[in-house]
Amino acid sequence: MLGPKPIEYNRNYDGPIICVKGLRNSFGDQVVHEDLDLDVQRGEIIGVVGGSGTGKSVLMRSIIGLQAPDEGEIKVFGEEIRGKSDAETIEIRKRWGVLFQGGALFSTLTVAENVMVPIREFYPKMDRDFRREVAKYKVCLSGLPPDAAPKYPSELSGGMKKRAGIARALAMDPELLFLDEPTAGLDPIGAAAFDNLTKELQQTLGLTVFLITHDLDTLHAICDRVAVLADKKVIAVGTIPELLALDHPWIQEYFNGPRGRMAAPQS
Amino acid sequence: MTITSDFVHETDENGAEILRFSGDLSIGSLDDMPERLRDCHSVDKLDLCDIGYMDTVGAWLIHRTARDMEAEIVGGDDEANRLIKAVGDVDPASEVRPDPPNPIIRILGDIGEATSLAFSTLFGLISFLGAVVASFFSLLLHPGRIRWNAVIQRFDVVGVRALGIIGLMSFLIGLVIAQQGAVQLRQFGAEVFTVNLVGRLTLRELGVLMTAIMVAGRSGSAFAAQLGTMKLTEEIDAMRTIGVSPTEALVLPRVLAAVLMLPLLGFYASIMAIIGGGLLSWIELDIPPGTFFSRIREVVPITDVYVGLVKAPVFGLIIAVTGCYQGMQVEGNAEEVGKRTTAAVVQAIFLVIVLDAFFAVFFTWIGWS
Repeated sequence: MLGPKPIEYNRNYDGPIICVKGLRNSFGDQVVHEDLDLDVQRGEIIGVVGGSGTGKSVLMRSIIGLQAPDEGEIKVFGEEIRGKSDAETIEIRKRWGVLFQGGALFSTLTVAENVMVPIREFYPKMDRDFRREVAKYKVCLSGLPPDAAPKYPSELSGGMKKRAGIARALAMDPELLFLDEPTAGLDPIGAAAFDNLTKELQQTLGLTVFLITHDLDTLHAICDRVAVLADKKVIAVGTIPELLALDHPWIQEYFNGPRGRMAAPQS
Repeated sequence: MTITSDFVHETDENGAEILRFSGDLSIGSLDDMPERLRDCHSVDKLDLCDIGYMDTVGAWLIHRTARDMEAEIVGGDDEANRLIKAVGDVDPASEVRPDPPNPIIRILGDIGEATSLAFSTLFGLISFLGAVVASFFSLLLHPGRIRWNAVIQRFDVVGVRALGIIGLMSFLIGLVIAQQGAVQLRQFGAEVFTVNLVGRLTLRELGVLMTAIMVAGRSGSAFAAQLGTMKLTEEIDAMRTIGVSPTEALVLPRVLAAVLMLPLLGFYASIMAIIGGGLLSWIELDIPPGTFFSRIREVVPITDVYVGLVKAPVFGLIIAVTGCYQGMQVEGNAEEVGKRTTAAVVQAIFLVIVLDAFFAVFFTWIGWS
């Protein structure tokens, strides 16, 4: 094969799954991140919160390589991915799945075909019938009814689109799942069901989940730790009680504001 | 890295058929195992003692094989059993895409659909045109509601910014007509009639027609894409809720701009073509520019200019109405915007050419020939 050799993926690596150090991102004069550090441990669901415009999505895009940062190092599964070409990081990229905010399903393909896209891209030699079977059970694994598989994205409701997006993100059996505001725009019942699905998948498949959210209920219900983005960096990472013990005005306002208090589990 | 998975088929001391798996059972290491497993029959046990890593794809394969062969799964560790149970609990879907219909029915259906689509597009266009005209007259009654800013901005986009490309195109067309005309007419020693050819053809037909085609490609497509995208992002619905009529705010400025700009652009295109023709006549036929233009004034009747100027606003109306109509029809997904934009350009050019033929007959009939 020509070109750079792909970085081999080490399954026995047991350090932090994501390790970001000294990250700096800017758009023109506007600096979004400055000297940002974040570690994500294996098997946890980490919630990333922050006010609008604090660069939660930019952080995610930097980690998955859609946004080239100005400075800093980003290691995923212990491998530096910054500045590497797509061909070099292919083995690493196979190991993560991403759910974009709007689902980002390919509108001309059915749900099951959407799931088959990554499999066909990465393993073109896989038997066609088996690929279809895998797609079909992934659709159901994401909590969609069996008859949703041959439907087109425009025929699905918002909640079902998110689930179809999860099915595609899970297509390659990833170890790491990125979710960008998965419960935004869902009704409370749908949002709670989606939280359960995330938790269930994390437990059955042993996933690590990087979850960007505004939803306080999601944070309380499923997140093991919460990272708070403010002032261009991660100002604190910890469980919610740990964060509450800190005396930062934004964190206090966030968790102790009227909505924060409503969402907190009654003790 | 991963170890490619494999299995061996053996019989144990009790006579049970066993498939003994080894290696990693994961999406990247399965290789041709699904096909090979399909060739195995009457197996009693699946032995997972020797496998390494397993993911849900491997788990699904084992689950499916066990289910199809009614075999028992033995020797898996907790992790493997948990995964196999997790994938076994879901009830997989039956289909990947909707069933394709019978080919004959499909062809007949396609023909029927295309026919009804052609008629419904025609009726839709006519009723849309009606809505535009109605809203135009209601605006005339309330002139304060006319959005002059939007109209002037469309003048700029449709008219002024098209000057460069339309001018160049027409200049070159004039050049080509004169050159071809000179070559053919020289055979009869009638090369002086090149002037008639250039003058009459461009002012009467080509100037306006080529301009219409260029505007359909430039602005008709833009109208469809702009309105289509606004439809997708629900901007048009938002306008309606606020009480702004999209026809008045979006469609009318575009239609007005096209109707008013096309005669100007068409006349300008004709002049540019005559300049092109004149230049070639000067170089090729030694007709000096002064003589060329005085000949033009002698041989081109003023009715030729009227013919062009009468057709142009009608063509502009067709282009803008088709573009806006197709844009407003967008529903569903982004691909639709592309389809509708193509449809807008194709239909606009087609209708312009059909109407041009009717105009030719009509003007001959009233004696402007």
